[in-house]
Amino acid sequence: MAKRIEAVNVSAYYGSFRAIDNITMAIEPKSVTALIGPSGCGKSTFLRSINRMHEVLPGAKVGGQLLIDGQNIYDRDIDVTAVRRMIGMVFQRPNPFPTMSIYENVVAGLRLNGVRKKSLLDAACEKALRGANLWNEVKDRLNRPGAGLSGGQQQRLCIARTIAVEPQVVLMDEPCSALDPISTLAIEDLIAELKNEYTIVIVTHNMQQAARVSDRTGFFSIDKTGEPGRLIEYDDTAKIFTNPSVKRTEDYITGRFG
Amino acid sequence: MSAEVVSHAVGARSSLKTRRLPKWTPAGVAGAAVVIALLAVYLPGAGGPVLTGIAAALIFLIGLTVLSAAVENGRAARNRLATSLVYAAFVLALAPLLSVAYTLLVKGSDRMSLYFLQVSMNNVSAFDNEGGAYHAIIGTLEQAGIATLITVPLGVLGAIYIVEYGRGRLSMLIRFFVDVMTGIPSIVAGLFILAFWVLIVSPYFNNGRPQYSGFAAALALSVLMLPTVVRSTEEMLRLVPGALREGAYALGIPKWRTILRIVLPTAAPGIVTGVMLAVARACGETAPVILVAFGNPAINFNPFSGGQESLSLFVYDQAGAASKYAPGRAWAAALTLVVLVLALTVAAKLLARRNKLGR
Repeated sequence: MAKRIEAVNVSAYYGSFRAIDNITMAIEPKSVTALIGPSGCGKSTFLRSINRMHEVLPGAKVGGQLLIDGQNIYDRDIDVTAVRRMIGMVFQRPNPFPTMSIYENVVAGLRLNGVRKKSLLDAACEKALRGANLWNEVKDRLNRPGAGLSGGQQQRLCIARTIAVEPQVVLMDEPCSALDPISTLAIEDLIAELKNEYTIVIVTHNMQQAARVSDRTGFFSIDKTGEPGRLIEYDDTAKIFTNPSVKRTEDYITGRFG
Repeated sequence: MSAEVVSHAVGARSSLKTRRLPKWTPAGVAGAAVVIALLAVYLPGAGGPVLTGIAAALIFLIGLTVLSAAVENGRAARNRLATSLVYAAFVLALAPLLSVAYTLLVKGSDRMSLYFLQVSMNNVSAFDNEGGAYHAIIGTLEQAGIATLITVPLGVLGAIYIVEYGRGRLSMLIRFFVDVMTGIPSIVAGLFILAFWVLIVSPYFNNGRPQYSGFAAALALSVLMLPTVVRSTEEMLRLVPGALREGAYALGIPKWRTILRIVLPTAAPGIVTGVMLAVARACGETAPVILVAFGNPAINFNPFSGGQESLSLFVYDQAGAASKYAPGRAWAAALTLVVLVLALTVAAKLLARRNKLGR
């Protein structure tokens, strides 16, 4: 089910601006990998280049190799939509489709990729909502608008929508930064469950969160504004937060950055 | 020193309370203003209701502001003045609309009847108080209908190109020409279709002889509707948050399906409003219809052959016709046109809302 991700010399550009430079790291299957670092250090850019969402923006492009189980997703003959179906993404702000009900939101990925059979969709909807710990809260109002849920519920709805297409990898771009502590806890519990089936990469500004949920942590940083972001240190989460081998990592996680 | 000054100034009104005029003050001032205006205008016999209205409004504005400044404070007075001005602007903007609707209802209802809606002007002489607008209603519905069928797909697809696909020069150029098209006078659109369709193309379908037709009118109306549809659709598509598109892409949904199933439905109510504005404009156009559909006192169901009437053209004809019965027919036809456009707009709005989720 879950896949191994290997980034080899990945660089990403916005026009002529190089946002990240030569990132090389391996992300193990069925684990949670956290990416931390100051704002503008390129961790979100790197995340978005893992499922080819980076190139959605005009002028954005990616160099280097990104291997999913040995297959470079930036090869010419790769179907972008297939890559994105295999590598799902949850965004910072919950973005349920406003014209769709809860049910339609969850099955949107399946339905708009050609799945028509009602029984299949029903089963997938329940499975995904149970997987996102949302089933009990919404099972009686599946036909209500998805935008009518609370922020935390909307975010779990977006996670349900993502796992409904049964991806191998789930990318999360600061999934809790717009949520209150209780909703955050719900999402963190969910991440712990999801890692039994999926490879998870999460970008977060909250270092306690990174320490709580992740197995491995990558620290990104920039030398100064206008310089590209680099991967400074990448190791087991326990090691990064107790005994980092690079001084800059230690400065960052103890609150003395520079 | 400066801290002392500040604390002194604040100390003067350290209480959160302030003196307020009672709630009924604006109504009271308004009543007094009307009475004073009536006395001032009618006692010397200076004018009529219009002057009274203007005088009452001015007295109200000045009176309320001065009263407020005296009792409350400067900020409250400015607030009341600004509020009153906003209301006044609203009333001024509404007045012509209500006046038109009222005139139309009063003058149009004289000649309005089921009979009027069911007969044409065929064989109606200047001395008959007979005839109706049936042929014109058919013409307007067919011409505007065909024009909408042509314009909506073209306009919406054009807007999708500009917003979702167009990069760089070409899309800039298209946007520029759409803007230019917005300013085309309707008579020019009519002349274009006259020269292009009626004189050059239509002979091929009519044994070499050019012919007027409702379809030609529909083409001219399309030229006029297209920029409105493109621009309003474009604005609505731009309002759809990029996060929705990204959310769909991240599910592996192809771009064209994202546009069709996520972006368009989200923008649909606004697009429908834009289309209805364009339809309303097309229904009211007279000049191009005169040029390329020519008009016809008889019923002509076939939009592809022979002259055809339209409601606006009928109003124009009757308003200038040498018959004492014609003006009544013109007013009734104008009323018919407004009610028709209103009904279409309401129907379209209801249809667009039915697709939305219940809230």
